[in-house]
Amino acid sequence: MSGNSSSFWQRFCFVASKYGKLCLGLGIVLIMTLASLGAPFLTTCPPEELHLDHILEAPSENFLLGTDRLGRDVFSRLLYGGRVSLWVGFVAVGISVSIGTVLGLVSGYFRGIIDELIMRFVDVMLCFPSFFLILAVIAFWEPDLTNIMLVIGLTSWMGVTRLVRAETLSLRERDFVASARLCGTPTRSILWRHILPNALGPVLISATLGVAGAILIESSLSFLGLGVQPPVASWGNMLMEGKNVLETAPWLSLYPGLAILCTVLGYNVLGESLRDLFDPRQKDRLF
Amino acid sequence: MMSHAPLLLRIFRKCLWILIVLWGITVISFLVIHLAPGSPTDMDVTLNPLAGEAARARLEALYGLDRSLFEQYMSWLDRLLHLDFGNSMSADARPVMTKILERLPLTVSMNVISLLLTLLIAIPCGILSACRQNTWPDHIITLLVFLGFAMPSFWLALLLMGFFGIDLHLLPLSGLTSMGYETFTPWEKFLDLARHLTLPILVYTIGSLAGMSRYMRSCMLDVLGQDYMLTARAKGLSGYTVIMRHGLRNALLPVITLLGLSVPGLIGGSVIIESIFALPGLGNLFYSAVMARDYTMIMGNLVLGSVLTLFGNILADICYGLADPRIRLRADAKTG
Repeated sequence: MSGNSSSFWQRFCFVASKYGKLCLGLGIVLIMTLASLGAPFLTTCPPEELHLDHILEAPSENFLLGTDRLGRDVFSRLLYGGRVSLWVGFVAVGISVSIGTVLGLVSGYFRGIIDELIMRFVDVMLCFPSFFLILAVIAFWEPDLTNIMLVIGLTSWMGVTRLVRAETLSLRERDFVASARLCGTPTRSILWRHILPNALGPVLISATLGVAGAILIESSLSFLGLGVQPPVASWGNMLMEGKNVLETAPWLSLYPGLAILCTVLGYNVLGESLRDLFDPRQKDRLF
Repeated sequence: MMSHAPLLLRIFRKCLWILIVLWGITVISFLVIHLAPGSPTDMDVTLNPLAGEAARARLEALYGLDRSLFEQYMSWLDRLLHLDFGNSMSADARPVMTKILERLPLTVSMNVISLLLTLLIAIPCGILSACRQNTWPDHIITLLVFLGFAMPSFWLALLLMGFFGIDLHLLPLSGLTSMGYETFTPWEKFLDLARHLTLPILVYTIGSLAGMSRYMRSCMLDVLGQDYMLTARAKGLSGYTVIMRHGLRNALLPVITLLGLSVPGLIGGSVIIESIFALPGLGNLFYSAVMARDYTMIMGNLVLGSVLTLFGNILADICYGLADPRIRLRADAKTG
């Protein structure tokens, strides 16, 4: 009957409008993650293998996305490069979220002079042109993966600190915190077991968006030659190599950029939809 | 008199805060740069087979690197208080301030032009998106916004270079001027500069467009839900007047803050864009200073960048206060 089908359609539209964005974001993120984790099964040759008789070949059946100036398979490098980007994204965000959460909790719960000090430090860090700072530090210390993740993490915790502090400031006045304090719960346990779990939602959302930001910074660094060093593939340094042969081999510049675009898009869409679903106050506020 | 006292107090506290933040910036930049392994003398000494340890020691004494970290910091800070950033540690040894001032106009003018373009496009997009929320124009703009957010600027630059420079042969790929620039007439010089700067400014603009129009949309949505909008409609004003006169003015206020906050991003972004297009701007200067371990130059750039950011924020605060009487009243009530 038509009534039945229209109600099905209405339900479908309702679900799609509510969860469509979430599914899209989650889908892109999952596909990207699975593709880079499953790289050994999806590719025919390792990313560093040279095919000197197939230099700068256009995409074909043998080489799905063509080859670069050393005859390496672009498809394989793309998938293995994805591992680097995702790894950097996750670890850097792990670092920044840990720092931000601890500082925000302490700042918001104890207030007073500690709060003032931490917040002024946040102000100072926010004033740095952070990309300049990251560039200088990476160039001075070795540009290896650990340093890149550390530096990105250490320069991007300020947003999370402010977020957690704001949540803590309002949560600490709530009755359940007061009753926990009355019961003699130690402060550490009030912070970890009563306040943190309630502040976790916004933190997770900002972490999702943070992964996207970290991936963008890593690829920018690699593009400038200060990130992941060749021969290890990363999307940024593939683009750097592609830049020099833009005229003769445009596919070298096309696909790594597309990969960055899709991944960052996926995490942004996921973060946004999580915010729409769990934090309606912040709805329609991108970043 | 009554109303001046709290104002003065507020200004005093603000100045104190600025000084503390500035001091913190100098300490962090100094420590990060001077505690790193290696030294500015590495390049001169290791690349020159004739230079030995004695030459290195002489160079370090010349740059003052043989003193303790604290002494170095104090003497650097002392010079900074006289607005002297010291001399560059590269071979030309010119004052850092002069070198920065040479490069600053290009970077600043590119950013200002692209910012104006961004506002020009983003504000109408944001209004359209908000007033027609959840219709197809809104969906299309939202889709473009998400793409814009995820687009790495260097990839966009490569795509544009490939399309306009290589496929269409329409615009030059890199550099600021063509061969024989000195012989051009003023009009030709202007055209030549414009042709060279089109792509970089386009990349800058697209980069900030997404954030700005999305922000405009959410500000407008906030305003649309306010009671005074309903009142204006109830008075019988047309939809256009309500949105332009009553809505837009209020929705533009938070955008001022966003402009202040976008300064560090613009400064950071200049490194990538200027290095792709080989433009002699501030970002390129910083990049080569980092590569040559030119400590004084790096410090000068970091401090200058932070000061620009700080003043961007303060300027935004002041403009916000000037534009919105409610903020002024609230602040007076708080301190008074």
